[in-house]
Amino acid sequence: MIDSSLAELSDNLFSVSVALYSVALLAFCAQLAFGRRSVRSRELAGVGGGPGAPTPPAGQEAPETAQGTRWGLLGMALTALGAVAHAGVLVTRGMATDRLPWGNMYEFATAVVLVAVVAYFVLAVRQPSLRHIGVFVLGPVILAMVGIGLFLYTEAGPLVAALRSSWLGIHVSSAILGSGIFLVSGIASALFLVRTRRTAGEPGSGGGLIDRLPSAAGLDRVAHRTAVFGFPIYTFAMIAGAIWAESAWGRFWGWDPKETWMFISWVVYAAYLHARTTAGWRGRPAAWINVVGFAVVLFNLLYVNMVSTGLHSYGGLD
Amino acid sequence: MSVEAPPRPATPMPPDGSSAGSRLGGLLLRWWRRLTAMRTAIILLFLLALAAVPGSLLPQRSLSQNNVRQYFADHPTLAPVLDDLYLFDVFSSPWFAAVYLLLFISLIGCVVPRALEHARALRTPPPPVPRNLLRLPDSGELRSPLGDAAALDVVEEELRVRRYRVVRRDGARGPELSAEKGHLKETGNLVFHLSLLALLLGLAGGKLWGYEGSILVTEGQGFCNAFQQYDTYSAGPLVDSGDLSALCVDLEQFRAEYEENLTAASFTADIRYGAPSAEGRATTIGVNDPLRVDGDRVYVTGHGFSPTFTVTVPDGTTFTDLTVPFLPSDPQMMASEGALKLPDIPGQEEQLALEGFFAPTGLVQGGLLTSVDPRPLAPQVAIFAYQGYLGLDSGLPQSVYSIDRSQIERGRLTEVGAANLAVGESLDLPDGTRITFSGVKEFAAMQFSHDPGQVWVLGSSITLLAGLLGMLLLRRERVFARAEPARDGGGTVLTLASLTRGGGESGSRFAILSDDLRDALDAPDAAPTAPEPEVPPRD
Repeated sequence: MIDSSLAELSDNLFSVSVALYSVALLAFCAQLAFGRRSVRSRELAGVGGGPGAPTPPAGQEAPETAQGTRWGLLGMALTALGAVAHAGVLVTRGMATDRLPWGNMYEFATAVVLVAVVAYFVLAVRQPSLRHIGVFVLGPVILAMVGIGLFLYTEAGPLVAALRSSWLGIHVSSAILGSGIFLVSGIASALFLVRTRRTAGEPGSGGGLIDRLPSAAGLDRVAHRTAVFGFPIYTFAMIAGAIWAESAWGRFWGWDPKETWMFISWVVYAAYLHARTTAGWRGRPAAWINVVGFAVVLFNLLYVNMVSTGLHSYGGLD
Repeated sequence: MSVEAPPRPATPMPPDGSSAGSRLGGLLLRWWRRLTAMRTAIILLFLLALAAVPGSLLPQRSLSQNNVRQYFADHPTLAPVLDDLYLFDVFSSPWFAAVYLLLFISLIGCVVPRALEHARALRTPPPPVPRNLLRLPDSGELRSPLGDAAALDVVEEELRVRRYRVVRRDGARGPELSAEKGHLKETGNLVFHLSLLALLLGLAGGKLWGYEGSILVTEGQGFCNAFQQYDTYSAGPLVDSGDLSALCVDLEQFRAEYEENLTAASFTADIRYGAPSAEGRATTIGVNDPLRVDGDRVYVTGHGFSPTFTVTVPDGTTFTDLTVPFLPSDPQMMASEGALKLPDIPGQEEQLALEGFFAPTGLVQGGLLTSVDPRPLAPQVAIFAYQGYLGLDSGLPQSVYSIDRSQIERGRLTEVGAANLAVGESLDLPDGTRITFSGVKEFAAMQFSHDPGQVWVLGSSITLLAGLLGMLLLRRERVFARAEPARDGGGTVLTLASLTRGGGESGSRFAILSDDLRDALDAPDAAPTAPEPEVPPRD
């Protein structure tokens, strides 16, 4: 049933992708280190705005050295290679087990991280200034991958009976997509919080990494746009899950711990989208809500599968 | 959490010496405005999220009565306090209801005026052109050799192709044009929020008129849809127990299939269903595949084994085919526990009971029976036989899966024998009673559900999603144009501007629009000197 050589290839590709991401991380570090000519002159160029300040026109972004650009491109290329290997992990596992490769927590989390990497990559291709946050995306990605490999690893195996439904492809895929996109959104909001604390403090105080981040307004916009993109997908995941639950468990909604936490995260993201357009909540408060939203998604993945007992106990961890 | 009401146009102050009634009215109005403000909605959303948290961290009666009982046993002092706060029934508690009802009132107060406003906006033409167009975020000038009216015709044509609503007016400085599209964005917003309301109503309807019953059915047995038949049931307050749909289900055969590594692959039940007296129709149901008949659903939610015993009492009377479901205590290997109670044996004072452990594939090690496979390959039971008084008529409810230990402690019930039995083997009790383990059948845990609200919930989820997509992905755009005769003689200067609400960079779309317009305006006589539109750099 299980093709063990393919399963082994999948495990090897996992290590390869972590290695490639790590090298990409180094390249992005180099971009930050060698990229900008002078931090101080950029500071004076006036990125001093608070959260609500308008974007500084593109012309005023500090010019990047050719060397920095090269490092950034190298980082992007390595990230792409890593993502290909990462996708290979899931494809080979799916082929080895002859099913969709998201039947347990190891596979689910691996897929979520892949979606985050791809979402970041697409954003950074379209908006080169986002390459400067590569370190802050790949750092968490590598940490997550190592954690997944160490603590969540599950041998390739068949699906339990309850998961043998076409809704697996619909509900779980959309949950993976939504969660991965929210991860990028959460990182952008976290960086926005760091960035605005810096600008609110003593401007021009040094050449820290933080000063080389994209503008606060740019980060806020990325966070909002990704959340806007992820929210309908997440909503769809919830509805599809309810439809599946109706045919699997006899009711479409039963406040099972996983359902409860998905509801909580959905409400928090709804609050974020409202806060973003409400006077007094824009900027840092809204960004905090977005960060809390992702923390809830993460809690739902880890706590509910590993600690609580509910109907969603497919983690594969004993 | 102090939230100040947002600045509103001041309510007219009641005149001096006003009646208490109008003061009260003013107060109510202020509170209403405060409740329906967006800030309040955000706070309420937070409260809703927060209120749901204990529902997942503490055991809930709606999920498992047993876990709640266990919690009471583990925390005898804390549990009653938590219970007083409804923390074991969070999702049906008054405070949870208070939060979501306030949220929905706030939502109604927000959405209804917006819907009226939107209905008005749909009927009103786009607003007049602002005086200083070049101040808008996206704006620019185009020159055309055409006359002013002809140039605006070109703009109108181009905008109508893009599905704008266009209005032409004569301004002080020349003919003007206002165009607008994307009312669907606001429509989506309203549809989303109204769908939430509809969803809540559907949920409430389901809770009021819905019911659910569960029962363990051994192969060869069946049940009819009536509350007194179910092992457990729950019903909404408006359910009339005499008015349940008449449906009976017989379980003919149950099959559990496993992969090589003993992962459960499928559970299927062959059933026959129909009206109580009818012949019934045969079908197969299973995991993810319930029976659906006229708004009722029948599910297989679990399975297990029912060992069968034959008991022969000393006077020769034989009870055959005594089948009782044993509850799985180890879902992996399906080791199960249960009890058989015989309170009325004719001609005998003593009551008889068996309590035991069942293994579908038994392995006895050091006298201890364990199960090594979930399939019934070599079924065995380990039983303890008791004689005496079972306490069934004591008035206290007792589990059918175990005997009442307190009767043993009081000496009313005594153990009279124990054995590990394979199929066909017997245990002889001192008084001559013979207990034979005669075989095993499978049972299915079945659930009957009726929820008239769920189709409404599904419908409103679909409109909710559609509204959400429209609201988040569509843009509302206005385009303004003014045509003035060029100061240096021949042709027209077109001032063009656009205003966008929501979603994405507008600059690039405005640039495309002005490029297309420039081409269209120049087309008649291909004037070479069209200036670049002054699109300020964005991002």
